[in-house]
Amino acid sequence: MTRLMKHRLFWPVSCLLALIILNTVVRPQFIKITVLDGKLYGAPIDILRQSAPLMLVSLGMTLVIATRGIDLSVGAVMAISGAVTLTIIDGSSSPGSVGTVLMAMAAGVALAFAFGVWNGFLVAVLKIQPIIATLVLMMAGRGVALLITGGFITTVVSRPLKYVASGYLMFIPFAFVIAVVAIAVVAVVERRTALGVLTEAVGINPEASRLAGVRSRGIVFGAYIASGTLAGIAGIIYSSNIMAADANAAGELIELYAILAVVLGGTSLLGGKFSIAGTVIGVLIIQTLDSTVLFLGVPSADKPVVFALVVIVVVLVQSPRVHRTARAVLRRSRTGGPPARTEPQKVSV
Amino acid sequence: MSVPTKAAPVVDMRGITIRFPGVLALDNVDFLLRAGEVHALMGENGAGKSTLIKALTGVYPIDSGSITVAGTDRVFSTTGDAQNAGISTVYQEVNLCPNLSVGENVMLGHEPRSSRGISWKSVHHEAARHLASLGLHLDTHSVLSSHSIAVQQLVAISRAMVLDARVLILDEPTSSLDRDEVDRLFAVVRDLRDNGVAILFVSHFLEQVYEIADRITVLRNGQLVGEYPLHELPRGQLVTKMIGREIAELEAISATAERPINRTGAPVLRATGLARRGVLGEVNLDVFEGEVVGIAGLLGSGRTELVRLLYGADRADEGQVEINGHVVKVSSPRNAVERRIAFSSEDRRSEGIIADLTVAENIVLGMQARRGWLRRIRSTEQDAVVSEFMSSLGVRPADPGMLARNLSGGNQQKVVLARWLATAPQLLILDEPTRGIDVGAKADIQRKVAELASQGLAVIFISSELEEVLRLAQRIVVMRDRRQIGLLDSHVTSLEGLVDFMANDTQGSVA
Amino acid sequence: MTSIVADERRGSALPASVRTFLSRRSSLMPTFAALAIFIVLLVGAQLYFGNFITPQNMSSLLLDNAFLLILAVGMTFVIVTGGIDLSVGSVLALTGILCAKLLADGVSPYLVVPLTILVGAAVGLVIGVLVQYFDVQPFIASLAGLFLARGLAYVVSLKSIRVEHSGVLWLESTRFSIGDWYITPTGIIALLVVLIGAFVMVATRFGRTVYAVGGSESSARLMGLNVGRTKVLVYVISGTCGGLAGLVLTAYSGAGYPRNGIGTELDVIAAVVIGGTLLSGGTGYVLGSMIGVFVYGTIKTVISFLGAEQSWTRISIGLLLLLFIVVQRVIVFRSESRR
Repeated sequence: MTRLMKHRLFWPVSCLLALIILNTVVRPQFIKITVLDGKLYGAPIDILRQSAPLMLVSLGMTLVIATRGIDLSVGAVMAISGAVTLTIIDGSSSPGSVGTVLMAMAAGVALAFAFGVWNGFLVAVLKIQPIIATLVLMMAGRGVALLITGGFITTVVSRPLKYVASGYLMFIPFAFVIAVVAIAVVAVVERRTALGVLTEAVGINPEASRLAGVRSRGIVFGAYIASGTLAGIAGIIYSSNIMAADANAAGELIELYAILAVVLGGTSLLGGKFSIAGTVIGVLIIQTLDSTVLFLGVPSADKPVVFALVVIVVVLVQSPRVHRTARAVLRRSRTGGPPARTEPQKVSV
Repeated sequence: MSVPTKAAPVVDMRGITIRFPGVLALDNVDFLLRAGEVHALMGENGAGKSTLIKALTGVYPIDSGSITVAGTDRVFSTTGDAQNAGISTVYQEVNLCPNLSVGENVMLGHEPRSSRGISWKSVHHEAARHLASLGLHLDTHSVLSSHSIAVQQLVAISRAMVLDARVLILDEPTSSLDRDEVDRLFAVVRDLRDNGVAILFVSHFLEQVYEIADRITVLRNGQLVGEYPLHELPRGQLVTKMIGREIAELEAISATAERPINRTGAPVLRATGLARRGVLGEVNLDVFEGEVVGIAGLLGSGRTELVRLLYGADRADEGQVEINGHVVKVSSPRNAVERRIAFSSEDRRSEGIIADLTVAENIVLGMQARRGWLRRIRSTEQDAVVSEFMSSLGVRPADPGMLARNLSGGNQQKVVLARWLATAPQLLILDEPTRGIDVGAKADIQRKVAELASQGLAVIFISSELEEVLRLAQRIVVMRDRRQIGLLDSHVTSLEGLVDFMANDTQGSVA
Repeated sequence: MTSIVADERRGSALPASVRTFLSRRSSLMPTFAALAIFIVLLVGAQLYFGNFITPQNMSSLLLDNAFLLILAVGMTFVIVTGGIDLSVGSVLALTGILCAKLLADGVSPYLVVPLTILVGAAVGLVIGVLVQYFDVQPFIASLAGLFLARGLAYVVSLKSIRVEHSGVLWLESTRFSIGDWYITPTGIIALLVVLIGAFVMVATRFGRTVYAVGGSESSARLMGLNVGRTKVLVYVISGTCGGLAGLVLTAYSGAGYPRNGIGTELDVIAAVVIGGTLLSGGTGYVLGSMIGVFVYGTIKTVISFLGAEQSWTRISIGLLLLLFIVVQRVIVFRSESRR
């Protein structure tokens, strides 16, 4: 049992299971999946579909955090890519044509890619602290998005665009398919090649990795490019969902949720070892929590408080001090004696 | 075995025992420290030296035994307790605040205050006074980081005096100092000793211990071997007591350096006129297959700067480098790795070991970096390589899944060495590979280098321990003040001759 | 007795007095740069608009940004220790709406004012405890604080609540004038907070401990300073400033609004960094942060004068921030390669 408990994914998976069980107990129809017209519907399907933007952003965030960095600009990039895509569709003569939509989406993603390169350049080449480097784009980016939409919320009517967030591929929501494909691509690239281990080395000790011959600069660059591009795709899904480009609301606070998902999944903010599976579970936890709050009839206004409590509980559970105290308490109750000595923690000499 | 002296013990530790899960770190150890003496604490890594010091400074609580300071029994539960008892420590990484001024660092926590807050004029006045009492005249307003490590250390010692230390513990104080700075430090230490302070000195540099200490306490495997006045303990005996075995194997290593070197073809590496503005003056050197070229010089003489240029860690402004007769541009470590040059940095903690990766992952990192990120090394190959090198270098514990951070310094160095050997280099550059590791591991590493060189590997070897350089190298490049001042043939050079050459400004190469 | 003088750094071509100045005060350079930028902005705006530097405009500059000033003081404490506080915008909103609601319910301002400040301090305490005792990263801990405070604000009210109480409104409506220059109690409060903050940082042991912790936490601990208490206290201070700022903003706008301050933490962090505080900790000045806030305020005013969209404010601040850090980076590169 303890071996199972030591597994990295134990706590995240348990959290998720606990949430699902809680939901099912309170409202049994939570796990009900119905089939209609050869398509799946139901609360779990909704969760999978709605989690797509957060999933994409969190994947990119995982890679960036693994290199000991952070990307605060993902929300702004989402807003920009949505703004570009919708503005092109809106301005075109055939907004309903697949060709136009594909071209508009390509433009949106391309711009997001460029912003990823921008961030990568600031961090990997100019060696600016990631939090500040991406803060710049976070601040300026929304303004840029607003300028692209001219300050309005651009809306369009376009079947191909609507398909992205609301359509189905066979029986599964298309948005979820995008997310799965992204997860698969990232997982294969990171783990089937040596990129994952090299990224971890760079995150743990950038200088030692460089001296060992690792292309540290390229790896850090790549992480930010991935983060930007994935955010661009996420922005298109978001815009497709509301069929509008809302520069203010798109991706609001998503960087914080993404960081939370990564941390929930067991990757440390200090960089180094990372877990894609952990992030996926972290995203599902957040999305399920979102649904739970809704399902339990908690007014959406109270959602942030619930999230705060979840964050606090999770970090406490992951905190080494809590583990130590728990172990000591367990030992004391078992043997009735004073707790055994452990290596003193704070002062490192 | 302690010789009675008229000075009363300031610190009297009796029967100290400290246990950690699975390890008996200290086993019934006695330790006596007298006022007005410099007392060296010697022993290999893992012998218990640092544990004993941490017990004395309040970092670790003791399981049994007693600590008496100036006649009063003490129990230290925090570092503050030890400080209040008059025990001050200056650590290897100077533990001051680099962003604050010199004066503030000296007085931090004890600043003179008035009703209008801290009185800065008094702070700097007091600080200057304390610094002056050690013979230091610094601008107390200047920021600490603008001074060299040597000066920062002296500031740390002043701070200890502010706290009225009666015991001063110096933990590896000379690792980053050059000869002049060591002399300065020792002069200050002697002054303090003459004023009645008890000084506990821990260092791996046997030479320096013999220069400054009055008495020596030797620990081995957590137990007390003995306490001796310095003059009763010759060096050979000291080393034997520390590692418990003969050092004849070091003699065997010297013998292999006598092998003949074929210098007819193109050298593996030749550097001509290599220089970098403000960092290194012109250097010329070459290394042939199977040869060990040593680089000797004081700290700050440019040895590390030179090899960093050779390896591409830094860029040269002038000069050229030839590999196997072809002129190349080595502009990054990546280039160097592709040309089968390997470089083990002197700072293994921040530039060598990747602490949170396993031993196995650390070892294959060089190979993997060379192969590129697309072609992943299969686990069968990885296991084979890892176990081969772990056994040939004697890495302990022999657990490839262990995190590198949990190994001792000596074993971490072996892992870094393994990483480079796994890339099958043609040139291996080692910068201070034996610094700060125990005597047994030192011997292991030197033996391995000699063995590899006899099999054809070209090696460039830097060490502050000149005997190591003389033992392993065929030729020695001598550096001083960022310039090359000579090239010596080690077969015809003695230790005294080398030291003499380094100190005096004679030019020309002798080889 | 040996006599030792510190080494001269080799190869420096600067005259001795400049070198001394640099070795003593190099941490002031970014703040000087901020001051220079502020002056350039003012002069540039004056030249462009012709009537920019007027007593009214300058007084407004202070009063419109009084709440930001207060937040920046608290944030400076936190950032100098090497931490960060993402919750300040939400605390601002929480205390603001709480204050408005309680006043609307008839509770006496003598109770309400200290209570709202205490609520801010409490949020800060939670964050500080998480950071210090549970080893939670400041980013995550203050993120929790952000969610908590924002959530509680929504719980108090989802809509804005007007403040009718004259006792509180007095803080904003009263003007003390000298000629055309005027100031209100909110402005005075802001300036007082800045002065007290600056004093604490420079002249108290606590303040010096803050710098020490930011410079090297392990060293500070080994030097016998009370690192744990200090780390908790800086978050409490930031939270208290959040509470005070909420009060000031509510008085200024005449209402509490739970969606206030979204993204304000970014503005505060930008202002503090522009003012010369390094995110890595250990250096920074409260007065510098004040200048940073004025730079921010000036840019905002210039943009509204230009009639451009307000979104340009964020873009300009972003670009200015970028310029700052790139220049800082270049300076660091230069000095490192000269070593």
